[in-house]
Amino acid sequence: MGDTPRVTFALTEEQEMLRQTTRQFLADRVSPTVVRDLMETETGFDAALWQSGAELGWHSLAIPEEYGGAGYTFAELSVVLEEMGRALFPGPFLSTVVMAANAILIGGSDSQKKELLPGIAMGESVMTMALFEGSHGAVTDDIRMTAAQDGGDWVLDGVKKNVLFGHVAGTIVTAARTPNGLSLFLVPADAGGLSAEHVPTLDAIRKQATVTFAGVRLGPEALLGSEGTAGDVIDQVLRLASVALSLEQVGGAQWCLETSVEHGQTRFQFGRAIGSFQAIKHRLADMLVSVEHAKSTAYHAARIVDDATEMLVAAPLAKSVCSEAYLGAASDTIQILGGTGFTWEHDTHLYFKRAKSTSLMFGGVRHQRRLLAEALGL
Amino acid sequence: MTDTIAADKAEALVTGKLDELLSGYDPSMEPQEFWGRQYDLGLAWVQYPEGFGGLGVSPKYQSIVQRRIEAAGAPTWNRQINLLGIGMGAGVISAHGTAEQMHKWLRPMFTTEDMWCQLFSEPGAGSDLANLSAKAVRDGDEWIVNGQKVWTTLAHIAKWGMLPVRTDPDVPKHKGITYFIVDMEADGVDVRPLYQITGEAEFNEVFFDDVRIPDEYRLDDVGAGWRVSMTTLMNERVAIGSRSLPRGSGSIKDAIRAWREYGHDDPALRDELTRLWAEWEALRLTVERANQMRKAGIPGPEGSTGKLAWADLNKAITAFSVELMGWDGTLYPGGYELHRPTEFEDAGSPQRNFLRARANSIEGGTSEIMRNILGERVLGLPGEPRVDKDLPWKEVPRG
Repeated sequence: MGDTPRVTFALTEEQEMLRQTTRQFLADRVSPTVVRDLMETETGFDAALWQSGAELGWHSLAIPEEYGGAGYTFAELSVVLEEMGRALFPGPFLSTVVMAANAILIGGSDSQKKELLPGIAMGESVMTMALFEGSHGAVTDDIRMTAAQDGGDWVLDGVKKNVLFGHVAGTIVTAARTPNGLSLFLVPADAGGLSAEHVPTLDAIRKQATVTFAGVRLGPEALLGSEGTAGDVIDQVLRLASVALSLEQVGGAQWCLETSVEHGQTRFQFGRAIGSFQAIKHRLADMLVSVEHAKSTAYHAARIVDDATEMLVAAPLAKSVCSEAYLGAASDTIQILGGTGFTWEHDTHLYFKRAKSTSLMFGGVRHQRRLLAEALGL
Repeated sequence: MTDTIAADKAEALVTGKLDELLSGYDPSMEPQEFWGRQYDLGLAWVQYPEGFGGLGVSPKYQSIVQRRIEAAGAPTWNRQINLLGIGMGAGVISAHGTAEQMHKWLRPMFTTEDMWCQLFSEPGAGSDLANLSAKAVRDGDEWIVNGQKVWTTLAHIAKWGMLPVRTDPDVPKHKGITYFIVDMEADGVDVRPLYQITGEAEFNEVFFDDVRIPDEYRLDDVGAGWRVSMTTLMNERVAIGSRSLPRGSGSIKDAIRAWREYGHDDPALRDELTRLWAEWEALRLTVERANQMRKAGIPGPEGSTGKLAWADLNKAITAFSVELMGWDGTLYPGGYELHRPTEFEDAGSPQRNFLRARANSIEGGTSEIMRNILGERVLGLPGEPRVDKDLPWKEVPRG
């Protein structure tokens, strides 16, 4: 691996404005109370909130103009993702706008893109991807689900785990083996033989379902793009999803840092603010360093998503560094806040659960480092 | 719009001077001669005024200068040879010195004719630098210095030293310090090597016995030495923490070489190597981001974390490189032949680098002090209690 491509880290004026409006909207509309209320529901989804986000342009940002999008890049989307991570934004944004949209964009035919992407851009569609059958990150090798041809139809049989908002999505993009290899299919939620069952999750804000395909019969148009080409599409989508999570992790870690610093300034023990004690101050300095490093890897990855070779390094680098930074920050925040940090009432546990949960999604830290080692030829 | 025009002009000015410098470059030329020309053309540090090695333009053009000179195969290693002078001394002299002082010291510093050292630490004043006790007493147009400094890198080959000393023991410690430039060849200066863990003596003890320093070698006002020292330290930490390196270079390169050379295939070792690579790359990207933000005039916290992160990570990586060498890691090529390097050595065998790295979290501000600085100045946490804050220095207990 040669020298890394140079990216411009400074935000453009437009990106800076996007950050401000996004943060303001989330502060106004997605308070911790709202998050907790939605967390208590089984769907974790609020249609009005979803629509408002779409009206702000979040959903359309990185979709090309020819498919009804705003034609910006992943760098713009990354600003929104970071703010969402900071606010623990509830809803199937990752599964719809990052995963399904990109699966369609990368793997779909032109007519499929024209048909499906405008709905995502406008906030009309809620989608997800049903990929995982095993649970240790080797996605494509683990896939046992089959799609058999019957007349002109496809018949899908199999079970998918860890499907983000699988019980909420109107369309599920899933992967199955056909005689010609691994292929992706578009499955409407009301297809006969399909059942999506909500499963309780560590991070109760981001809902998951187990989706069972029992002889789900679909027309030929259900095949996304061409048969046998899904492996590469899935790998690309998972890299983008990993980068998206890294940005969320940066936002969450920054919340942890700010919350801990504020506590260090205002909580007094032994007649002094506890942040004046080196035991706390030094932990916070280390947290600052790791959050800054997380930002660098995530921002870098978000700016080179079109460079396929570099993404082999940048995506697992960001996911592993950001996962460790967020989990470390969230763990330390609980410690610094003391008993308060361990209560249900304080928001820290929401971030801690999110941190652990996102570090495991799309392959944990060691899996990411295996991918990175492979890319580096180690 | 005026900015754009000025920027165009500045770039044209820099490029023109570069053309002039490089058209006269001949590979057989002595490096010092080349550096002298570079200085005279204003390309030593472009942001300094004309006549002092600069062109009075934005420092961002310095990277163009470096790239062009490197691409031409001309020498750029004066910055490494005279690390303390060019890395720290120049910034301090330009910020606090007079035109005569800049004129006297900057050019021979840049050409490496005059090497520099920094006389800060004392046996009783390490992290608590303001507690220093080496003193200077005024005698007409001169000052008479007595005391001891320690850990002085390259003092044995330095011509000039940056020297904060106590000139008023009756005021609190930060207020009674004055900053001088001392001639290391003056009578009464005694430099003794401190052989360190690697067998080298890049550091020294320096003793001052009635050393006379002319008052025109004083930087800034009498009693302003703490402020001047802070400029020096900030320059030092930025120099240490903001070195832009290519991906996979520095100590991680040794680790990867050992991984390959020894044909490792253990998944646990691979994970550890990859983890260290990832942390190194994250640090590298942060330095890159900080440099970009600084140039764009948006200084952020990322600029101040480099020194701390680098020190800890470099220790971890150099230790791991030796581990990857297995029993070979127990060898010490060349042995512990005690010697005094004649320039700042920044690389060697993995074993030597492993030992040398122990100093990274001590020199230039310990990692503990760096964490205090990040906590207090970047995160805004309350300061340490300072029991000596308002006491006259002479009444502060020490030992």
